[in-house]
Amino acid sequence: MSKKAGAARRDRKQIGEKLAGLAESVVEAARKRQDPTVRIPLRTLSNARFNKARRIIEMGDAKQDRRFFNLGMAKSFMQTLLVASGCKVLIDEDKTASIRQIYYRLKHTIAGTNEKTFNDQSESDPILEDLEVAINALREELHVFADSRGSIAGNLTVVSKGDTIDLRRMGAGGMAIPSIVEPDVFEFRKCDARFVLHVEKGTVWQRFNEDKFWKEHNCILTHGGGQPPRGVRRLLHRMHNELKLPLYCLLDNDPWGYYIYSVIKQGSINLAFESQRMAVPDAVFIGVRSGDFEEFGLTDDVKIDIDEKDIKRAKQILNYPWFEGKKEWKKEIELMLKHGFKMEVESLLTKGISFVTETYVPQKLKDKKAWLD
Amino acid sequence: MAADNLARSRNRSDEAHQLTLTFASSPDVRAAASTQRSKSPPAPAAAAVAPAEAAAPSTKASRRAAERALDDDSTEATAPAGRKRSGRNGKSGAVPATAETMAKAQREISVSEFFAKNRHLLGFDNKRKALLTTVKEAVDNSLDACEEAGILPDLEVSIAQVDEDRFRVRVRDNGPGIVKQQIPNVFGKLLYGSKFHRLKMSRGQQGIGISAAGMYGLLTTGKSVRITSRTGARKEAHYYEIQIDTRKNQPTIVEDRTVDVDWPHGTELEIELVASYNKGRQSVDEYVELTAIANPHAHIHYRPPTGDPVDFPRASNELPPPTHAIKPHPYGIELGVLIKMLHDTKSHWLSGFLSSEFSRVSARTGEEICARAKLNPRAHPRRIARQEAETLYKALQAAKLMAPPTNCLAPMGPKQILAGLLKGVQAEFYTAATRDPAVYRGNPFQIEVGLAYGGDLGPEAAGETDSGANGSAGRSESVSSRVIRFANRVPLLYQQSACCIFKSVIDTDWRRYGLSQPGGGLPQAPLLIMVHMASVWVPFTSESKEAIADYDEIRKEIKLALQECGRKLQAYVNRRKRQKFEGERRNIFERYIGEVVTACAALKRVNQDDLRRNLLKLAQSVTARADETLDEEGKVVAAGGKPARGRSRKPGKRGAKSAESLAPASEYGENTVVVERQPAPPESLLQ
Repeated sequence: MSKKAGAARRDRKQIGEKLAGLAESVVEAARKRQDPTVRIPLRTLSNARFNKARRIIEMGDAKQDRRFFNLGMAKSFMQTLLVASGCKVLIDEDKTASIRQIYYRLKHTIAGTNEKTFNDQSESDPILEDLEVAINALREELHVFADSRGSIAGNLTVVSKGDTIDLRRMGAGGMAIPSIVEPDVFEFRKCDARFVLHVEKGTVWQRFNEDKFWKEHNCILTHGGGQPPRGVRRLLHRMHNELKLPLYCLLDNDPWGYYIYSVIKQGSINLAFESQRMAVPDAVFIGVRSGDFEEFGLTDDVKIDIDEKDIKRAKQILNYPWFEGKKEWKKEIELMLKHGFKMEVESLLTKGISFVTETYVPQKLKDKKAWLD
Repeated sequence: MAADNLARSRNRSDEAHQLTLTFASSPDVRAAASTQRSKSPPAPAAAAVAPAEAAAPSTKASRRAAERALDDDSTEATAPAGRKRSGRNGKSGAVPATAETMAKAQREISVSEFFAKNRHLLGFDNKRKALLTTVKEAVDNSLDACEEAGILPDLEVSIAQVDEDRFRVRVRDNGPGIVKQQIPNVFGKLLYGSKFHRLKMSRGQQGIGISAAGMYGLLTTGKSVRITSRTGARKEAHYYEIQIDTRKNQPTIVEDRTVDVDWPHGTELEIELVASYNKGRQSVDEYVELTAIANPHAHIHYRPPTGDPVDFPRASNELPPPTHAIKPHPYGIELGVLIKMLHDTKSHWLSGFLSSEFSRVSARTGEEICARAKLNPRAHPRRIARQEAETLYKALQAAKLMAPPTNCLAPMGPKQILAGLLKGVQAEFYTAATRDPAVYRGNPFQIEVGLAYGGDLGPEAAGETDSGANGSAGRSESVSSRVIRFANRVPLLYQQSACCIFKSVIDTDWRRYGLSQPGGGLPQAPLLIMVHMASVWVPFTSESKEAIADYDEIRKEIKLALQECGRKLQAYVNRRKRQKFEGERRNIFERYIGEVVTACAALKRVNQDDLRRNLLKLAQSVTARADETLDEEGKVVAAGGKPARGRSRKPGKRGAKSAESLAPASEYGENTVVVERQPAPPESLLQ
């Protein structure tokens, strides 16, 4: 387990040295006629442990040696060193780049061949994550950030890169949540809100923003554009822990929605090493629930048939260790499977444009028994 | 002695066919044979037996042709001296006729006339084929003559284009020459030769070929056949211009004189004919090329009508061993033949006839056969011929006899096959096998197979080792293998799919030997498959000698020979796959070394040259070690993630390959040769 969560930011030099250490190990191995190797903690389900006490997913100790002289690993070994060298340059020049920019910077044709170092960004992104865990550094410490996704509005004032921003005055679009939301770039200044409502998608968020839901209920309104990126999750974590705000989630009633909730609550398998600074174990799922179809008298028009993939995914989720012992959740998922249909948040709009903001969510917020943990 | 004219109603097509083959025969010196076809009434067995050495084609096609010929035959047919003529009781016209009126129209047709009308039977169907057949007959004769005289053949084949569709074919050999008196007969008479009347392995079998070529030339251009022959350095060379009188099947000498030539012995033949010249498959070029492969002991100088002359040097100084003529084996004869033999024999006793006229029949077994047939061993053969021939025939077929002697065969042998293939094909792996002699219908035969793989034959089929092959365009196109067929060292170019050899090749499961074979066809691989059938009597499906008939015994032998070679090929193919894999592996490592070195240099100040050198050495030792971690099948044991991509798929491009090249071919078994082609110069990947 990394201990970086609360730790102060290490200075650039330290990270730079860690990266240089990779090169040194290669030189050393080559000199000794040994296979150059980078040891990378595994980011797989098998190496993800659910810490029951802390209620978050943590990364286990399993590691894999990425070796150069192994046919299956040669290319990713080369790519790892390439990404390391790319980050080193950013650190040395004190500049930041997006993960896409990193991809473009490092992509080139290998001399004497028609092969590219990276074929597309989906190759360089996981390599970057490998590098983070390999040298135990955060992405922002490597001077890399992801594309922004997700928005925020509500009763909160922040300071970002020296600009004071009142999130009550963000108009129709709200403020885009940056990829890096550490205190030095995203500082909370003043908060009067009582809770945070996180919705799944931008369209639903628009509905709530337009209806000034955050004003009515004195809260902060966020969305993560589907599966929330790290910036959004880190921000939710900080608001919950630093501003002591409860977090309520309004997500679709389908396996995808369940998993978004799971990631927000206890972290993801892939980024298990980041769970402790991102997960919000106290988060609450307020809807949409399978029972809402009857409870709110929705019509058959809102039903979306579940398919093979949904069923498979739902069963997978049921088997995750962190869903173990959550009887309510098991019932919920099984009811969805029994119904044979899923529902999006938008289904509530059949009852009226503002039904979800004026009736549904207020009712759900009051009815604690209807929450899912 | 088989020449006979007989017709029997018992005409299973295959038998009828066999008759034809048995009767039609070969060029060269001695006894002439003219044809007389006597049609039997469609009813019972028995037959009108025509005496003398007449032969008759009896396939359905030729029978039809014979009838046609009959109708407009206006001349009186002439047979060689000493021939009697059989009566005929066929039907010809459609108008009501009496036996007497029909008899007027019934007469013998000359074999020359017959073939003049039916030249397709001899391989003169079209202009293109006419050229090929002419060259082929001349070359076959020359090679036969040289070998029989124990001379290493030196052939000069030239084809000159004299007009748009006129060519002059000239073939000269260093053979023994032909004595003056026989020259007109050999070249001016159909079915005249030395080869028909014996059971011995030779290229020509029938004595039709070269005179037919001369006849074709005469028919299409009006030009005589020109022959110059010299039998020794001290003898004079004779020059003849000969035409064939088709009605009489007799040569007409147009010019006859002695000439001066600069060669000590041999024969030169010149025929002018209407023809067309093409390149590629089924061309004269291919024929000469294949002949050179099957006859590594021959030196052939070839001058095509266009382009540069080609020289096929001698690759072996060993002449094929001389072959011996054998007597017919009882299992291989027909009832009619037996009757004829009984009639003609000089023996006075039946048992003596059996033991002296057949192979593998001893005096004792002769007696036993007589006993089984309930015939008196002292009976006069001629009496048997009239009365109990069929009983005797059955007894002969039922007798337990040894297989015929095989010293009549002269297979090429694996060494010569390899020499021929090495000379003719730029491949990487060669193997050959010669089966022990076997017998079909009483005729001994022997099958030989040679395989050549890789090299200039084309790239290996993709997808054998590397599943996710991307990159290198063109690699995915696999080449189809090629079958080359030989009968008594003569290449067979036409009717491939009708041939027993081709059927046997596609009938063989090549996938078992690591090649792909989609849809049960030819294997898709850079493979040349050579199959040679040596026999005293090759069962062709037609007179033009293009395809071998499909006998079970023959097919079985071919398949066994193919399998024997296939197993050796498999070992090589697997090794190649392994090498290829190793080469790709190394390629990957070497390709990435440059990137890794650059990245390290960006991370830290390092000595780039040292690092690169060390990594390169590591790459080489790692891939060398990995040779042993592959299993026997050449399958990859190591879990390969992404397979090789990028360019060079040259197997074992560096390092590994040079070690392989020193390995003796014997590691793949006997009679195999591995030729390491020069690998492409190593390109510098790392600059």
